[in-house]
Order: sequence, then structure tokens, then C-alpha cells
Amino acid sequence: MDALRSLGRVIVAFWILSHLSLLAYSSSPQDLQILNAERRIDLSSHIVKVFLTLKVENTGASPVSEVLLAFPPTQVDHIASLKAALTVGKKKKKSYVPLEVNPTDLPDAPNQTKYFSISLLNPLNAGETATLEVLYILTHSLEPFPAEINQAESQLVYYRDSAIILSPYYIKQQTTFIRTPSTKVESFTRVESTNRAGTEIKYGPYKDRPAYSYSPVIVHFENNKPFAVVEELVREVEISHWGNLQITEHYRLSHAGARHKGVFSRVEYQSRPSSGGISSFKYLLARLPPRVHSVFYRDEIGNISSSHLRIDYLKSDLEIEPRYPLFGGWKATFVIGYGLPLEDFLFESPDGRRYLNFTFGCPLAETVVDKLIIKVVLPEGSKDPSAVVPFSVKQHLEIKYSYLDVAGRTVVVLEKENVVPEHNSPFQVYYSFNPIFMLAEPLMLVSTFFFVFMASIAYLHIDFSICKTSS
Amino acid sequence: MVGKPEPVNGTATAKTGPSPSPATSMSGLKPDLLNNLSFKTLKLKTKQQELLIRVSILCLVYILAFITRLFSVLRYESMIHEFDPYFNYRTTLYLTEKGFYDFWNWFDSESWYPLGRIIGGTLYPGLMVTAALIYWTLRFLSFAVHIREVCVLTAPFFASNTTLVAYFFGKEIWDTGAGLVAAALIAICPGYISRSVAGSYDNEGVAIFALLLTFYLFVKAVNTGSLAWALASAFGYFYMVSAWGGYVFIINLIPLYVLVLLITGRYSMRLYVAYNCTYIIGMLLAMQIRFVGFQHVQSGEHMAAMGVFFLMQVFYFLDWVRHLLSDTKMFQAFLRITVTCAVGVGAVALGVGTASGYISPWTGRFYSLLDPTYAKDHIPIIASVSEHQPTAWSSFMFDFHILLFLFPAGLYFCFKRLSDATIFIVMYGLTSMYFAGVMVRLILVATPAVCLISAIAVSATIKNLTQLVRAKNKVSQTGSTKGGSSTKGSSKGSVDQSQPFQRNGATVLLFGAFYLLSKYATHCTWVTSEAYSSPSIVLAARGAHGNRVIFDDYREAYFWLRQNTPPDAKVMSWWDYGYQITAMGNRTVIVDNNTWNNTHIATVGRAMSSYEDEAYEIMRSLDVDYVLVVFGGVTGYSSDDINKFLWMVRIGGGVFPVIKEPDYLVNGEYRVDKGAAPKMLNCLMYKLSYYRFGELTTEYGKPPGYDRARGVEIGNKDIKLEHLEEAFTTSNWIVRIYKVKPPNNRW
Repeated sequence: MDALRSLGRVIVAFWILSHLSLLAYSSSPQDLQILNAERRIDLSSHIVKVFLTLKVENTGASPVSEVLLAFPPTQVDHIASLKAALTVGKKKKKSYVPLEVNPTDLPDAPNQTKYFSISLLNPLNAGETATLEVLYILTHSLEPFPAEINQAESQLVYYRDSAIILSPYYIKQQTTFIRTPSTKVESFTRVESTNRAGTEIKYGPYKDRPAYSYSPVIVHFENNKPFAVVEELVREVEISHWGNLQITEHYRLSHAGARHKGVFSRVEYQSRPSSGGISSFKYLLARLPPRVHSVFYRDEIGNISSSHLRIDYLKSDLEIEPRYPLFGGWKATFVIGYGLPLEDFLFESPDGRRYLNFTFGCPLAETVVDKLIIKVVLPEGSKDPSAVVPFSVKQHLEIKYSYLDVAGRTVVVLEKENVVPEHNSPFQVYYSFNPIFMLAEPLMLVSTFFFVFMASIAYLHIDFSICKTSS
Repeated sequence: MVGKPEPVNGTATAKTGPSPSPATSMSGLKPDLLNNLSFKTLKLKTKQQELLIRVSILCLVYILAFITRLFSVLRYESMIHEFDPYFNYRTTLYLTEKGFYDFWNWFDSESWYPLGRIIGGTLYPGLMVTAALIYWTLRFLSFAVHIREVCVLTAPFFASNTTLVAYFFGKEIWDTGAGLVAAALIAICPGYISRSVAGSYDNEGVAIFALLLTFYLFVKAVNTGSLAWALASAFGYFYMVSAWGGYVFIINLIPLYVLVLLITGRYSMRLYVAYNCTYIIGMLLAMQIRFVGFQHVQSGEHMAAMGVFFLMQVFYFLDWVRHLLSDTKMFQAFLRITVTCAVGVGAVALGVGTASGYISPWTGRFYSLLDPTYAKDHIPIIASVSEHQPTAWSSFMFDFHILLFLFPAGLYFCFKRLSDATIFIVMYGLTSMYFAGVMVRLILVATPAVCLISAIAVSATIKNLTQLVRAKNKVSQTGSTKGGSSTKGSSKGSVDQSQPFQRNGATVLLFGAFYLLSKYATHCTWVTSEAYSSPSIVLAARGAHGNRVIFDDYREAYFWLRQNTPPDAKVMSWWDYGYQITAMGNRTVIVDNNTWNNTHIATVGRAMSSYEDEAYEIMRSLDVDYVLVVFGGVTGYSSDDINKFLWMVRIGGGVFPVIKEPDYLVNGEYRVDKGAAPKMLNCLMYKLSYYRFGELTTEYGKPPGYDRARGVEIGNKDIKLEHLEEAFTTSNWIVRIYKVKPPNNRW
């Protein structure tokens, strides 16, 4: 490990040398240093949340407008969301200004380190300091060990990270706190000045660490929180201008924790809830918008009769129970559907177009969605769809045929991988629509019935017999 | 009083004429309509009023027949019921996804492992093709329905269509009134509803429609002597053959009917045309169904139709000869010779055919219809099915209610006015009633006949009674307009002295009839909602506080299998659950409800009734990965595997004599408690059902291990499994799934 680190240092040295000559643009890392860094890693569920507070100082000569965050390549794939904010004001009048974060590549990144750059609103002048708050969320970062457990065992997982924050900057002082869900910690790597108190493990404070310092640690602890992972979620939002928004969500849920092995005993599960299936989960909570109606919960083979719905003014809570408790590695697929009043979600923009304002993300609390596909089915006859999503998503258009469609409905498909509850923010789909199209389908029905009646009247009036039979 | 209506009836028949041909009456009606529908007057003429009322009644009956079958959808959900419908649903799904040719050539490796099953060649495709056609039509009209909804609603839709056929049939054999009553009766008759509620996606759902349609078209063909109707009847027969194995009933009833007509001297050219055309074209069409194939010329069950066909030719020939020969004596001699020769040749052909094996003998199912005790002694697999049991009187009453009493009355009316059509309905009624007595499920076949014959009784009675009552009204009206006393009205010559009493009697009887009919309606609705609308996949019970408790264990288990077992896992269970496991669990099964291979089923029965290590050998040889048993001891669900277990022993023992029924009984008594036979307490089925059940307290105040389905404490509470392990048990323990462990390492 040491060799690696020294190698890293060499590379960094080269890198710095190569850039010194350029006296590059204001974002050169060597211009910045971090006075104080505090990192809090929350491991209390299977979604790892990391809060990072950085106090950055510009030691260079020119103003700096970007701050870089560095991540090891193994971690960067698991980052579901990364947000940064600038702290403004002193203690009591503290407020946060969100900043833009973009992944960037540096040409000579050591050990394939990946970077995110935070764009500051106002460039940081020489000698100034700024306090940044960074929140990033890691999924699939807890590795179950042992990988297979039986019904009564609780689930132990590994979390791997570095005791020292990986950063392209020199860090004067830093501390890392790791919070575990319970006091049951099997083991954790001790680096100098490591403390454990209750559910918290403290690494640090470490002083004066050069850039790209790294010190791997492993925490092995008990985590029996539901490892609910939706492998694929397809949400279909169908707009009907007759006043309804129909949402159908197809889930492919699995328990991503330690795999269940051996026997599943119902006696154990029923009589000893604490030990007979502690790593399993049975209930899921879906937060739906208020004024939800006609909710259904079913799967390929029919209705699932175990669900409860509580509606209040702010939200609707749908508590669902899969057909069977989910143990590690078990899967369940199901469909949730509900209707919503259109006026809560569809608005008219000043330029006369309409837009749907709906929540991205998965309504299930505390779940990771590996692949989320949102399909917004626009009414037949709508034109020029465009989607506005606060983060990058893949987009394409489809055509769907529903009841009495002739031309088909335009479907705006949004795809995103690795979605966590932090992605539950509104997105908009704009389209233009002529209300006359609303009448097309009723008119079709009316005319069909009209022709049927006309035909039957005509049939009754026309004599089809070839030769007249005298009655 | 009883004798009085007769002359009225007589006049009525005289008015209608001996052979009512609707074709003429319809064409007579149309010019009338043309004249009367002029917009000069909005008032409708009597005939128009009648047409309007008739059409609206039919529409209402049509809708009623549909919606009364929707109880199950409202109570539970839109789902497929029971066992066989799941197979039909699965095949329909396959048909709509892969197309007709793939469906027709489908070799299913997911059932009857390791044998597999040629689905296309061993099923009646009519139902699936019908549902797929409806589905494709709806899709074409851009109705985005799911195939499941189509399947669920196919049976009610065809029940509605059956009411229309019943109307036309009733009209054909009696009059429009009887047709309307028949339509109304059959719309809600429990005997039919039992197999045609929404979700009961089974062959019978469309087959009864096809059966009645074929009969109607055939009677129509006999009445008119028209080739067109006979052809239509052949196509109806083809549809019936494609839909249900019960077509054998048609192919035997129609020849029987023709034979009766021949014997009673009602032979006519109409009959000749109708039968020959229907038989020949129907037979050729039926051969297109792979499952039926050449049975029409090779199987003993179809020989009666062929015999009658040749007999018809002989009759025609004789007719022709009689036409040529004027001498009666010569003709008599010729007749004797011909008939003897014909019968002799026929008998020899049959004998040679049977002996050479060209004509297959009757099947066990056919035998068991003719001799109800046959199955019990020879084919336990048929006898084990509850719907193959002889019918109890109570179920006749349950399914027919007042029709049971109206049926003989209707027969009386039919005999009073014998015609080709009424003879047919009488024969259909009597034979199907016999079959209904033999097997519970055949009540279904009898239902249309019973409804039609009862409709004749109801219609004729009410017609007679209303004529009496209306006569009285006329009298009172004329009396009131004249302003004099009502006795003056009686001075009209047509009204005789005993009328006041008769009128009152008629009124009372009318009220009685309406009371009975309304009772019938309430009974039917009650039966439909209480008895025939449960999907049997989902069980519902009343909780302690009167709330509804749902036991959804079957689907829980099947869905678990579907999601959490390897896709190629083989599941062994008793054959009842085979179709459901393949359809809902999407896993390979060893045996299923298509009981085509008795040995295979017996092997499973043997495994279930052996000790665990013997059973393990059998399961290893069948590559079984999971074993599924149904157990009702916790919930008190009585149709579980322990209660079916004796059939497994019997069927297993029928092929493998090592399994002996007495080993599982104690003094001829079947028990599971401490006094049970040792073999019983240690056989695989017992172990799998009661594994770790002894630790569970099921009912307050009872010892642990108290079996609520049988009301005893189990006899073996300490069950150890060596080669199997519990893989999953549903929340109410109704379905238990065990994993077969791989063999131990040998070193």
C-alpha cells in the first residue's frame, strides 16, 4: 500500500510539474488548499450517505472558479447523486446556495481517479476562503459478508473507504465519522487515532496530508435494514385531458443483501420474529401524492390483497406487502397503479404550451432503483414534446396505442440508472395540444353507434327475400 | 278446472299451424313494418309493439345473463378460476403471443416431465381460438384490453349468446313466448352458471353455446329440409368438436333421434337432407381437429352415427323401390330381405372392425357414463374427481330449483303436441337427464334441455291462464262501458257459466306462477353469489369480528416458485395442482390435470405414499427439485392433500402393487392421529404435511399440533426429514414447498 501511495505521489509530482509550466487556468489544483475537512458517512441503511464539509482557501494568485472532488474509480460507479452547496453567512444566518456539479476528466489522473468539479458562483479570489457542503450518495457499497446466511442469522456487511479523504488538494486538517446502524460492529480497521463511541467510529483528526493521500479502511458491521433494490422500475404516466393522470409502476424488486441459504421455516418466522428472519423484510412504504384514487397493487398472477392506504392532505401513504417476506436474493415483481387529479400536475406555460410537472424517482421509501424508466404518455395529437429534468437522463420518443387510438400517442421516455430517493425532484414535460383532439374519440364512438342504428333501421326496412312468399 | 284450458290450447295450436316456419312469418312481418313505420303516426301497431317488447326483453335477458355472472369479479377480482382454466389461459396466452401455427405445433416440455406433452394434438382448441379471435378483434378496433380480461369474460359472453340461441330454439320448437321464457330461464339457471361465471375459462363455457346452436340448427334443418340450415348445423357441430369432448353426446343423440323418427314412421325427405348433410360435412370438418382425427370412422363411440347414416340410405332406397313396385307383397318380401341384409352386413362390419382393431372399443369414460359403477372398480383416476361422482338429489334441486318440477310438465305439453322438433327436445331432455344423474358435471348438458322444456310448460300455462284472465277483462270492460251490471257481460255466447270461478282460479294460478318464477330468480341469484362465484384459488372466510379474511396462499406459493426457484426446476405435486403450477408458477411439473398417463400419476402417488428414502429414489429418478403439498391443518381447509391421500394410495396401488390401501387404514378407518397406521404416520405425504406442525398451537385450548381440518391432534409430532428440506411455507400453511436435497457426498 505504501508503495502505491509513493507511486501516487510521484505521479502527482510529475503532474504538478507538468502543469506548473503552463501556469494553467484558474482551476489548477495547486492554487487551492483545504483548511478543514469533515466527512460524515452514514451507514444506517443500505444507501450510504456521505456529508462532506470543506473549507477551501485560495492560496494562488489568480481567482479560482472551480473546486475539484476526487473519488477512487471503485466508488465513482456507485455514486448515485452528488450535490454541493456554498455556505453563506455566519452561524445563525446560515444559508446554502446550491452549486453546479459536473463530472470532469483530468488528463493525468493518478490511478484512474475520477473527478467532479464544483463550479463556484463567484470566483474565489486569492486569499479568500469558502465553505462548501457536499452530499453524495453511494449505492451497492455495502458488501454482505458472509455472503450467504441462514434464516436466523443477522446480516453483516463490509464498508470500504479511506480514512483520509481523497483529494487533489493539500488538506490541513480532516476528520471522518462513520455511523453504523447499531453498536454491533464486528471489526474495523484501526488507523492512528481511531475512536469508537456507540454507533460512531471516528478517524482523525489528521493534519497536513498531501494531495491524493489514501488510507483504506474496512468496517464490518451488522445491518439488518431492508436492502430493497428495485432492479428495474417502469413508471408510466398517462395524461388524459378529461381530468385524470394514470400512473402505472412496474417493479422488479429484490433483496440485495446476504443471500438466504437453506431452510425457510414458517414456524420460526411466525413464532420468533426477532430471530426467525431478522434480515428479511416484509413491508414497503410508497409515498404517493395526495388526492390519489383507484389504487391497485397486483402482479402477473393477480391482485395482492395485502396493502393499506392512508390518505391525508399532504401525501398518501401506501403500505404494501409483497406476497412473501423477502430474504436475501429473493425477488418479487409487482405493479402499482393509481389515478391522480390532472389539475394538480398539468399546467399551462405562458407561451400557451402545456406542461406536466411530476416527481422523478421511485415512490418507495429507502430503495435504490438500478434502472428507472419513466414513460410519459401524452394525449393523442400532442406535438413537440420536450422534457426538462434537473439531472442528466437518456431520452427518446415512442408511440403507444391505447384505447381507440388511430395515430397513437407520443411517449416521452426518460431513462436513468442508479436512482435514490434524493432524485425525487420534479421534472417537466412540455408539449402543445389542441383541445379539439379531445373530442375525436367520443365522436368516433358516437358515429359508430349512429351507423349501427342506421344500418339496423335500414335492414328492417329493406326486404331481402328473393322471391315473394305470400303470407 | 284442469280440463278446461285444453280447448284453448287446441285452438292455439290450430292457429300456429303444424310446422311453424319463422322464415315465412318474418317475411310476412317486414312489409307490415314497412307500411307501419311511416312517420304519419307515432303510435305503434300491435305487431310493432310485440317486436319492440320482444327485442327489449331479449336485450335485457342478454345483459342479465352477462352481469349475473360477474359476482366473482366484484367479490374477488378479475381472475381465472379453478384448475383447468389455468391451462386454457396459459395456452391462450401462448396462442396470442406466438401465433396459431406455433400453438398448433406446440410441444410443451414444462408438463409431464420427462415425457412432455404435445399440446396442439391433445387439446380442443375451440376455446383458445375463440378467445384469441375476440382479443385480436378488440385489438384491431384499438381497445387496449389484456388477454386475461378477454379470457375472464369469455364464458359470460357466451352465456349471453346462449340465451339468444335458446330463444330461437324455443321459438322453433314451440312459439316465441316459450323462446323468451327459455332465454330468461337459461340466463340465470345455476346449472349453467356453475360453469360459466366470469373467470371460469373452461371449454364448457363455449361448448354449451355450441351444443345448443348445433341442436337448434339441426332441428331447424329438419323442420325446413333446407341444405343451408343443415350446413350451418354441420359448422355448429365443427365448432362444438373444436371446443369440447362432449361433442360425443351430439354425435350419439342426433342418430338416436333420427332412429326414433324412423321407427315412429316420421321419415321424410327433410330428415334425409338434414341428417346426411350434417353428418357427412360435420364429420369431415371434425376430422380437421387433430385431437379428434379419424375417430369418427374408427372409434366405437362414433359408430352409431355411421350406422344410422347407412340406415338412412337403406330407407331411401326402400322408398325408391316402393315407389317402383306397386305390389305390396313383393315389397314386403323385398323389405325383409334388404333389412336383414343391411343389419347383417352392418353387424359383420362392426364385428370385423372391432376384432381387427380398426374400430377402437369404447373408452373408460364412455363406459362409466353407461355404467356408473364402472369407474369405481376400474379407473380410480376418473372416480377420484369430485365432479365425476353421481349426482345427489340435493344438487339437482340446487341447480334446477323449480325447473325440476316444470320439466315433467313441459314433457307433458311436448307429448301433447308431438312434432319433429318436440320429439327432439324430449329426447335431448330425457337422455341428458340420465347423464346428469350419472355425473355431477353433466348437469350442465342437461340444463339447456331442462330450461327449454320448462319454458314450454311455463309459456303454455301462462298463455292459457292469461287468455282466461283477459277474457274476463274484456267482459268487465264491456260491462263498464255499457254502464250496466257485470252480469250482462256474461250474456255473450262464448263465455260459459263457470267462468267467474275459473277467472279467479286463473288469477290465483297466475300469481302462483309468478311467485314461483320470482322464487326461482332469487334462488338463482343467491346460488350464483354464494356457491358458484368463488375462484377457489383465493379462499375467503369470516373473521372473528365479521370481517372478511382472505387466504391467498396458493398464489403466494406459486409466485414464490416463479420468482425464487431456478427456471428449470421440476416440481412434484399431486396432479390437481399441475396446471396451476405451470400457469402461475411457470415451472415444470411432473403430472398435471390432463391425466393422460396413468402410470406417471401412479408413480407420483407411489412416491407420496412411500417412506422418505424410497420416495427419494423415485424423486431422484424423476429429477424432482421441489415437492409441493397442500395442507389445511392450520386453517381448517378440508380439500387438502391429506384428505385426497387415499386416492393417491389407490391410484398408486393400481399400478404398483407394493402400495396397499389397507396399510394406511386402521380397521378400515382413515385417521391421522395417534391411532393411525404406522405406514401412514411415516409416509412422505404425512411427513411433508405435518413437518414441524407439532410445534404450532392452532386453536386456543387445544394441544399443539391440533389439526383443524380433521379435528384431531396429529399422531407424529416429531418428524425428521432426511432428504428434503423446507423451502417455503405460505403464511397460512396451506401450501408447503420442500426442496429435494442433492445426494450426500459418498466419501
